[in-house]
Amino acid sequence: MPKKLVVIGNGMAAGRVLEEFFERAPRPYEATIFGAEPRVNYNRIMLSPVLSGEKAYEDILIHDDAWYETNGITLHRGKQVVQIDREAKRVTAADGTTADYDKLLIATGSVPFVVPIPGVNLPGVVTYRDLDDVNTMLAVARMGGRAVVIGGGLLGLEAAAGLKAQGMDVTVLHLMPTLMERQLDPSAGYLLQREMEERGIAVRCRANTHAVLGETHVTGVKLDDGTELPADVVVMAVGIRPNATLAKEAGLETNRGVLVGDDMRTSDPDVFSVGECVEHRGICYGLVAPLYEMAKVVAAQLSGDGKAVYTGSVTATKLKVTGIDLFSAGDFNEAKDGQDIVLRDVARGIYKRIVLKENRIVGAVLYGETADGSWFFDLMRKEADVSAMRDTLIFGQSYGGGSSLDPAATVAALPNDAEICGCNGVCKGKIVQTINDKGLSTLADVRAHTKASASCGTCTGLVEQVMALTLGDRFSRAATEPMCGCTDLGHDEVRRLIRAAGLKSIPAVMQELGWKTSCGCAKCRPALNYYLLCDWPEEYEDDGRSRYINERIHANIQKDGTYSVVPRMWGGLTNPRELRAIADVAEKYDIPTVKVTGGQRIDLLGVRKEDLPAVWADLNEAGMVSGHAYAKGLRTVKTCVGTEWCRFGTQDSTGLGVRIERFMWGSWTPAKVKMGVSGCPRNCAEATCKDVGVICVDSGFEIHFAGAAGLHIKGTQLLCKVAGEDECLEVIVALTQLYREQGHYLERMYKWADRVGVDAIRAIVVEDREKRRALFERFEISQRKAQIDPWAERAAGRDAHEFDPMANFSLAEAAE
Amino acid sequence: MSEWIDVGAVDDVPTLGSRVVQAPGGDIAVFKAADGTLFALRDRCPHKGGPLSQGMVHGHSVTCPLHNWVISLKTGEAQGADHGCAHKIPLRVEGGRILLAASTLLARAA
Ligand SMILES: Cc1cc2nc3c(=O)[nH]c(=O)nc-3n(C[C@H](O)[C@H](O)[C@H](O)COP(=O)(O)OP(=O)(O)OC[C@H]3O[C@@H](n4cnc5c(N)ncnc54)[C@H](O)[C@@H]3O)c2cc1C
Ligand code: SF4
Ligand code: SF4
Ligand code: FES
Repeated sequence: MPKKLVVIGNGMAAGRVLEEFFERAPRPYEATIFGAEPRVNYNRIMLSPVLSGEKAYEDILIHDDAWYETNGITLHRGKQVVQIDREAKRVTAADGTTADYDKLLIATGSVPFVVPIPGVNLPGVVTYRDLDDVNTMLAVARMGGRAVVIGGGLLGLEAAAGLKAQGMDVTVLHLMPTLMERQLDPSAGYLLQREMEERGIAVRCRANTHAVLGETHVTGVKLDDGTELPADVVVMAVGIRPNATLAKEAGLETNRGVLVGDDMRTSDPDVFSVGECVEHRGICYGLVAPLYEMAKVVAAQLSGDGKAVYTGSVTATKLKVTGIDLFSAGDFNEAKDGQDIVLRDVARGIYKRIVLKENRIVGAVLYGETADGSWFFDLMRKEADVSAMRDTLIFGQSYGGGSSLDPAATVAALPNDAEICGCNGVCKGKIVQTINDKGLSTLADVRAHTKASASCGTCTGLVEQVMALTLGDRFSRAATEPMCGCTDLGHDEVRRLIRAAGLKSIPAVMQELGWKTSCGCAKCRPALNYYLLCDWPEEYEDDGRSRYINERIHANIQKDGTYSVVPRMWGGLTNPRELRAIADVAEKYDIPTVKVTGGQRIDLLGVRKEDLPAVWADLNEAGMVSGHAYAKGLRTVKTCVGTEWCRFGTQDSTGLGVRIERFMWGSWTPAKVKMGVSGCPRNCAEATCKDVGVICVDSGFEIHFAGAAGLHIKGTQLLCKVAGEDECLEVIVALTQLYREQGHYLERMYKWADRVGVDAIRAIVVEDREKRRALFERFEISQRKAQIDPWAERAAGRDAHEFDPMANFSLAEAAE
Repeated sequence: MSEWIDVGAVDDVPTLGSRVVQAPGGDIAVFKAADGTLFALRDRCPHKGGPLSQGMVHGHSVTCPLHNWVISLKTGEAQGADHGCAHKIPLRVEGGRILLAASTLLARAA
């Protein structure tokens, strides 16, 4: 009598084992297979085309009834095995069916992970794993309506695209900042998001789902931030878990998955396991390619080839959404010491990145053009030395030399109505047309005829690029100083392009402006973060990871790694309550040094990082907020006592200083901004060496600016004189906003003024009432989000990971 | 005692950020690069002892918060013209957990 093989789970891995097995003659076993699904084996990875309507179930069958018959396999469909008795060598299904085995194969796949939040058990919440799930989704989709997909990984995005194709309104919620972050880097994730959005699928990253809403059926979901999204169906696609329960109950060794050795046997030599349910050398796979490799080994072992071994797989991912070309291979976690080769084709929306280690490819991400994916993957698996073709590797297998990247592509890709010169409102089309119509060839001519770059001049570089594009070889542009090694563009060009092309995230800037690195450097990232924050105050989410430590943690790092804390004292005023709170805090937290600063406030030095949130909470309690002594932003407004007390005072300088500080605190600027208000020309507040200084006189207020008393000493220059306090505030705010919009990151106000020219600045913030007002209003808008006390937020728990150590072993003893 | 010590979950370390593990020989900084790769170094810059955990992570490097030396996360070596090395701590990831080599983690002095 032939020996008996019993298989649990009729999925892709099991199917492949049997195929491989029956190809080998003679067959030493008779096979019986149990499948929980009430059907034959089908191609699970093709469920997405079934969902989108591009394929039918019949198109994705792997084995039809005839196949089982021909091979003499007994198929128990719709029967779930509930017990394995290893003593008796017998399995039992839920309906009581039993089968005896000589050899057993566990191929139970994996189960979708369901986030344990309220409401997940409501009808209308579906997972995405098998044909039944697809049928459930299709039934809902037929009625139209709204779908929310939780999870922006491979499965979630395929489900979203499928439901969209079926006519639903779809929103994808993703916890991480970019889509498919396991397979893609932020740049490719950005392109993917853009493409999904272009197809009408809404994508929300950093979205943490708090609860599923509904009484008897799903009606929507609620996010952590309180947002509610209506939904008729919620697809849970946050991940999978190896289905190892049955094996575990049978006493087999399991961890995350069923543990197998290289011979694919479990801890019981008569029991094999294959597929997504196994854990091999610490890895659980979630793709078919490794399962096929495992299946070969299982089949060989069953056929008596004891030497067959499985040693692990390198995997590659493709997203199966029609029209989206995306490829990712390699485990980036393995890419230690990797060197990046990056290629971005801005015009065509292409991004390619290869990670090399010791001249071998260890990872590749391709977006927009994936034809070379298999070639890279092949080189990677073969661990081929690529040093000889390193320079042209990224261009792919068929690269035959010739021109490749056009540095002007970004500008070429801009639409004609993209604004190039902000001061004079000149768009690209106008410049091109004027050059052609009038036969212009020099920058001076273009300036004269179009006014582009004729005012503040910050768009000069960009105008030159448009000229180069229009005139070709007939124009050679002066080189601009690039922002950093990651780009050839200068600060001005980057700033203009962020606005002209409507770029609203760091990955968007890097992709659309052709960054040469995959995620920037410590120079460009803080600059981009500031530019985006300044240009899109309402939409842009601050990226703490692109900030220097002081701004990330809202305190000043000191040489020993402790911090200094400076609470705001409006206009240098304080009172007994605040002073008492400061004294208490200093004692309570053992703060070694308390010092008066040059900006008329008190500095607590030597605060331990872990204590910061508690120190802030205590200071908040007494009504104090962050003094931003660490910020590239408004620091202090120093005042003198003015008419309130001083016999020489001409105006209420203290009151004006407090008003300015209250209005402007919290704003981020290219570099620090210090202000001062003196009540008369004796200038006790030292206003004439500040970024902005006011000297009060009998007839009004003199506004000075562009001074500094740091590395360089510079007296201020007179900007203008105004009669009233309101106008004084308006001019100062407009001036600061103009600096915010034109300044290069880390460029102090006086350097900006030197570069742009005092006259040009005066023409806008003093002489042009309309522009002044517009600047003032833009500043006001950006203050809405900026004036939230960062200390209070952190005292309440935000960014807690910045302050708490992850683990403490400081008292542990070393093993001898 | 085992050779590796579990110091936390991979998810505890923010991408492009770091977390501190306090140890007898001084703090250890565990970093996560944009691509998810984890590294561990002594939290002391070879220049003047700046806490590298507070620096900015980019590529497989971190820029020290005190005077902007750029330190390789892989080797701990200062990059470019600067010279010096922040002690590297062997690190392994297993089942979503971060493991550090016990011998270095528990050593009294780096
Ligand atoms: C929508 C979708 C798209 C995918 N796209 C891709 C892709 O593009 N590329 C790729 O490589 N991979 C893709 N995958 C993953 C791929 O489908 C899986 O890796 C593969 O199917 C795993 O095979 P398996 O045999 O281990 O598990 P499965 O194919 O899941 O088979 C396991 C079977 O066992 C049954 N079972 C479980 N427990 C029992 C029990 N106790 N008794 C009886 N039967 C039981 C289950 O019902 C199931 O039918 C996709 C998956 C899904 C869901
Ligand atoms: S600046 Fe003038 S008003 Fe102010 S304190 Fe000095 S002398 Fe008095
Ligand atoms: S003057 Fe120099 S030493 Fe003194 S606080 Fe400023 S930076 Fe530090
Ligand atoms: S201490 Fe790190 S750069 Fe000076």
